[in-house]
Amino acid sequence: MRKLIKFQNKNISFVSHGAVGGFEEAAGPLGENFDLVDKTDLFGMKSYEMAEGEMGRLCVNIAMTKAGFKPTDIDCIFAGDLQNQCFASSSGLYSFGIPYIGLYSACSTMTEALLLGASLIDGGHIKCACALSTSHNSAAERQFRTPLEYGGQRQPYAQWTATAAGAFILDGEGQGRVRIKDGMIGKIVDGLTTDAANMGAAMARSAMDTIYTYFSLSDISPTQVDLIVTGDLGYVGSEMLRDMLGEQFPALVGRHIDCGTLLYDRSKKDVHAGASGCGCSASVLSLKFIPQLERGELKNILFMSTGALMNPTGVLQKNNILGITPLVRLSSE
Amino acid sequence: MFTGEMGEVFLRSLFAFLLGGGLCVITQILIDKTNLSSAKILVGFVVFGVLLGALNVYEWLLDNFGCGITLPLCGFGGAVAVGVREAVSEFGALGIIKGAFVASAAGCTAALLMGFLMSLFFKAKPKRL
Amino acid sequence: MIEKNEDYRKLIKKHLPRSTTIKNSIFAFLSGGALCFMGEWLAYLYTRLGAEVKDSYLYVTLTFIVVASLLTAFGVYDKIARYCGAGTLLPVCGFSNSVTSSALDGRFEGYVSGVGTKIFSLAGPVILYSTLFGTIYGVIYYFVTR
Repeated sequence: MRKLIKFQNKNISFVSHGAVGGFEEAAGPLGENFDLVDKTDLFGMKSYEMAEGEMGRLCVNIAMTKAGFKPTDIDCIFAGDLQNQCFASSSGLYSFGIPYIGLYSACSTMTEALLLGASLIDGGHIKCACALSTSHNSAAERQFRTPLEYGGQRQPYAQWTATAAGAFILDGEGQGRVRIKDGMIGKIVDGLTTDAANMGAAMARSAMDTIYTYFSLSDISPTQVDLIVTGDLGYVGSEMLRDMLGEQFPALVGRHIDCGTLLYDRSKKDVHAGASGCGCSASVLSLKFIPQLERGELKNILFMSTGALMNPTGVLQKNNILGITPLVRLSSE
Repeated sequence: MFTGEMGEVFLRSLFAFLLGGGLCVITQILIDKTNLSSAKILVGFVVFGVLLGALNVYEWLLDNFGCGITLPLCGFGGAVAVGVREAVSEFGALGIIKGAFVASAAGCTAALLMGFLMSLFFKAKPKRL
Repeated sequence: MIEKNEDYRKLIKKHLPRSTTIKNSIFAFLSGGALCFMGEWLAYLYTRLGAEVKDSYLYVTLTFIVVASLLTAFGVYDKIARYCGAGTLLPVCGFSNSVTSSALDGRFEGYVSGVGTKIFSLAGPVILYSTLFGTIYGVIYYFVTR
């Protein structure tokens, strides 16, 4: 049965965070806020797959430097990405020597990492955790879609995999202003679509299910939540979610925002339905929402990265794409 | 305007424009309105081209519409059909196996060679919005 | 609480933006047509340079293959194809682009295991099915004309 996981033993808070991005991300509305960008998307590596690993490594370094930490100060790193067998995470992080838990939850990996890191800290098993997730447009296109120079057209509901990474260091000492109060593990929900380009539709159903279940288990009421932040439903998935919210939680319709609609400027570029990828919600959390919480502009948000569980073979075999949405509640109160 | 050699070419080029454009529109509609992948649509056009060749329509289209039929992928299929027919006429039963690749040889070889050559000197660059 | 299957399917349909098919079709028509128009004049040019009429069309096809491959390698082809849609996909330039882009992509994994294994990954269906149906036709033709 799905449970609400409350973090009551320790004061889990964010010690530091960092975000790294590529060409399109630097050109977007949040471009100035990235800690590091590389407009070649290669980050000094020979392939885009290795570049994604390097992005993760640089991002964790940035977060550690801001916290004044060394790799030995971090007890465990929770990381995941979209590449086959999460290779970007393992190849990027092994040099730190930090105990490693590899995660696969597609684009919902960031929330899952935060949830698990907070859980191990709250259980008293570790003192300090790092959560990381990355994605890279070129690596994702090569693996899931078409060669880089291929001349095809995208559907208007297609999303763009972000070349981005977000890293967060957590501990249980409560010195950071932004706390992780509680959370909920995601549940796989059938997205009822076989169209790999329509990921918003594949994920919106699981997002709604998580929101509904959360409020049925939590003491928090919808009006106490300033924002529901989803990972990458994109413009299409967001409209679908708001439609569903309108029926069950009308108060929340105006309080929903999606990270996939924040990374790129629709008026300047051919964005289609928005950004996607594990790095999308991870970087936007670091670039926008944690700072807003730190400044007290936001008091309580639900951070729910959304994931579309599929692989290229499954899609060709005409399987429905499954969605999953874990949740963490972040608070500055 | 349509007299003489240049006139003939001009007329054929107009027909080429219309047929080529028309086939592309059909392709575009199939891409936008159906769930068919572009691979399946292109295979459909190639096989359609083989059919045109088999029905002896391909050569007539070639004479009157020129590039309007040779450039789209139906031209590939049509050329294969014509090639197979010629091979069977020349080699009998063996022509069945020999013919298809022979007809598509020039195009495939050129594409392969160019692809390889380009991969020697150029790198793939990231996609952009 | 999960939305009922039927209700969710309706929701998907309701919010699915459809392509601007009319605009796409116009671009496809104009670009595909223009390529064929230019090709025809190129064929004429080749005959003036001494080629046989039959061969001139093959030379045009080869020219398109070479040019599309170069444009792909320069990183320009995909920028053009985004607007032309089917206008560049259906003519042989699309075939050439699929082969060259696969080859360029494969380079990361080396010339044999990367380029060699991937070069026909997109063009394979076209080659397989044209050969298959051509051969079927060959069988029919052989028995019909015996």
